[in-house]
Amino acid sequence: MEGIKDKVAIVGMGCTKFGERWDKGVEDLIVEAAYEAFEDAGIEPKDIQAAWIGTVFSGISAITLSPLQLQYIPMTRVENMCATGSEALRAASYAVAAGVVDIALAVGVEKLKDSGATGLKGPSIVGDNQDASSGIGPGYSAPASFAYLATRYFHDYNIKPEEGKRLLAQIAVKNHYNGSLNPKAHFQNELTIDQVVNAPIIAWPLGLYDCCGVSDGAAVAVVTRADMAKKFRPDPIYVKAMQITVGARQGAMRQDYDFVHIEENIIGSQQAYAVAGVKDPRKEISIAEVHDCFSIHEMIVYEDLGFSKRSRAREDIEAGTFTLKGELPVNTDGGLKCFGHPLGASGLRMMYEVYKQLQGKAGPRQVKNPRLGLTHNLGGNAGTGVCSCNIVGNEK
Amino acid sequence: MAGITSIGAYVPIYRLNRDEIGRMWDGRSIGGTKAVAGYDEDTITMAVAAALDCLKRGGEADGLFLATTTAPYREKLSSAIVASAADLKEECTVADFADSLRSGTAALKAALDAVAAGSAKSVMVAAADTRQGATKGVLEQALGDGAAAITVGSEKVIAEVEGSYSVYNDFTDIWRSEEDKFPRSAEGRFIDEVGYIPTIQSVIDGLLKKYKLNPDDFTKVIYYASDARRHAALARRLKLEKSQVQDPLYSDIGNTGSAAVFLMLASALEKANPGDRLLFVSYSDGADAFILRVTDEIRKYQKRPAISYQMAGKIAITYGQYLTWRGLVPVEASTLPERSPISLQSRWRERKAIYALYGAKCKKCGALQISQIGQTPRVCVNCQAKDQFEPYKFSDKKAKLFTYSVDQLMPTLNPPGVSGVIDFEEGGRLICELTDCNLDKLEVGILVEMTFRKMFYSRGIHNYFWKAKPATD
Repeated sequence: MEGIKDKVAIVGMGCTKFGERWDKGVEDLIVEAAYEAFEDAGIEPKDIQAAWIGTVFSGISAITLSPLQLQYIPMTRVENMCATGSEALRAASYAVAAGVVDIALAVGVEKLKDSGATGLKGPSIVGDNQDASSGIGPGYSAPASFAYLATRYFHDYNIKPEEGKRLLAQIAVKNHYNGSLNPKAHFQNELTIDQVVNAPIIAWPLGLYDCCGVSDGAAVAVVTRADMAKKFRPDPIYVKAMQITVGARQGAMRQDYDFVHIEENIIGSQQAYAVAGVKDPRKEISIAEVHDCFSIHEMIVYEDLGFSKRSRAREDIEAGTFTLKGELPVNTDGGLKCFGHPLGASGLRMMYEVYKQLQGKAGPRQVKNPRLGLTHNLGGNAGTGVCSCNIVGNEK
Repeated sequence: MAGITSIGAYVPIYRLNRDEIGRMWDGRSIGGTKAVAGYDEDTITMAVAAALDCLKRGGEADGLFLATTTAPYREKLSSAIVASAADLKEECTVADFADSLRSGTAALKAALDAVAAGSAKSVMVAAADTRQGATKGVLEQALGDGAAAITVGSEKVIAEVEGSYSVYNDFTDIWRSEEDKFPRSAEGRFIDEVGYIPTIQSVIDGLLKKYKLNPDDFTKVIYYASDARRHAALARRLKLEKSQVQDPLYSDIGNTGSAAVFLMLASALEKANPGDRLLFVSYSDGADAFILRVTDEIRKYQKRPAISYQMAGKIAITYGQYLTWRGLVPVEASTLPERSPISLQSRWRERKAIYALYGAKCKKCGALQISQIGQTPRVCVNCQAKDQFEPYKFSDKKAKLFTYSVDQLMPTLNPPGVSGVIDFEEGGRLICELTDCNLDKLEVGILVEMTFRKMFYSRGIHNYFWKAKPATD
């Protein structure tokens, strides 16, 4: 089995400002991000040979891409919960790697604020068929389903809730600091530990600032064959691994799942490291954009992805390991917490930051001499997850 | 001789202090508390709880009669829902006895007749009510919520029914029309002097005459009254000895409508001795009276008495909670997204999973499994064997709380909502809502048990499913 390593390159990317884009529709967001990507890649819309659009709620079928007026090419909508944007990128990359097309487009978009509701649509159970719902799943919110992790993490590792909340607060503070350096981020403000700890509780023990932003936004990538990439630009970004790993509700149904890790994260990242040839992720990965939908999940991801030893994320957080100037900067653009989380766009937004960082174009957020970058999403929640883990690099 | 073979009770955990109602309206409090059904409880869920309690104490049923004046559906058989949740076998006669506070004893007579005629071996009578008194009215303080269930049969009888006597009397004292949310009431003295007292006297006189008995042949007299004052007044009028009068439980739980006399009976049986005779009387547009003779079998019931068991652990609520739970005041609409409407098709397909909380046991590896969305497994979550399952019921199993969250965003009339991951003691894990929680006592590892509750109401459908609650013993 040949992996995808070094077969595909990203040669153009675009990303809208994320946030409450009241005056912009899905079509505006798609056009805004796509034309930035076209310009970045130095191509015309007519050069695109195939396209994938990822969205969870904001459109059915690839007709959602009609605002781009691409002319009768193969296009498909994909959906894989919070990994949807990464899934669109994976589909486009696989088509190029297969040699079926040379230039493909991956679009991720979500217009969450048009639903008129607070928070995400639902409450519904991950993977429940909405048309055939028996209506028996717990009416819990997304924050509650991640609070299960915090409750159990604090319990298993003997962390008092007050201590635990201060620990998690450092993640929100870090991500808001990073986001404040990023004009495209939903939120532009810095936070203090006390602000985070004293914010209203959403789902105990998680408070308001432990939860990511609910935003509108779109992000787009142009991918091509690695051997053609330099025709488009001098600094293409090469795909090293593009992994999707899906659970089967094991953790929700089996008592051997502990709610202090996410099995999909562990297996997904290990598979990605194997394809990319990464032996020691903490040393080899220069920058990671991970799925900080809730602060507790970013902490667990440190352990699941091998950045921290099991149960030792606390020490690394307290040592500043994952800050902009730390050993392994995580969520340098603000993350889901501060940049915002329009579901279908998020995976591609993460890649947008990694792409800019690897090209040395991340401005005040630039990390030193990056070589490999990682993006990670978790769709669903603890026990019922869809994990995507992508690794890209600036050298072939 | 046919009689009562088991009895179960259910009283909601919530209590509203009547002084709180009095303060609200700058009025008088009659003292004590009333039991209030939780925001996710109704007649059906309480009847299920009482039915399961009755079955647990050794009751069996090949028939189920539900007695209530507060059925959630105007047209649809509530007893069928209760039977499904109690997991009674399909070839079971079910019927609703409705629209009268005497519906419970009407059902009891029908059950006795069915057993005597041999058309059923054992019939359960479940009585439950959630009647609302008009705000600021007399009944608001008097009425409470509760349920009781008895099984009637001819084997292992704990109290034989030695005889019965009934009178009818079309008397308009308390009534509720199609349009009324609250019961209406006639003038008090008229009710007492023309209706209530003479009717009870007449049914008791008729019974004593028919069976050639005297009032002092009865150790306890159990009878309905609309409130504690009337209950006491009738005792005086009947010249009953103080020791003969069964406490109606109105001070703690209130008048629970069609369930009231059965809850009193459950309480009386806790202290009864073999050989005791009990006089059991219900009232409404006439009266039904029964002679009950306690047998030696009563001792097994007294090992785990139904009522005192139900009275343990109460949660006090505010008048505001009471008003919102019962829909008596409009509340601000949620800006949270609505739940998608339920699919009747999928509910029908997964009816065993939904109504009696069936999951599956893998015949190959033994793994117990249940899905939080009701899907019956086809491939084992543990060993991946296909279609090697036998049904396994989770509703009667206890579990430990593995992790949980207290959720400010969960749409509920009793915020914050609680949900969690529970691990059944014998195996199997479920993510579900928790209810009846004392938030201060919520922690990882506590023992929980399953309870049948209303999840939400949508498009005319009362959507029931199981939640976990802290175990009561």
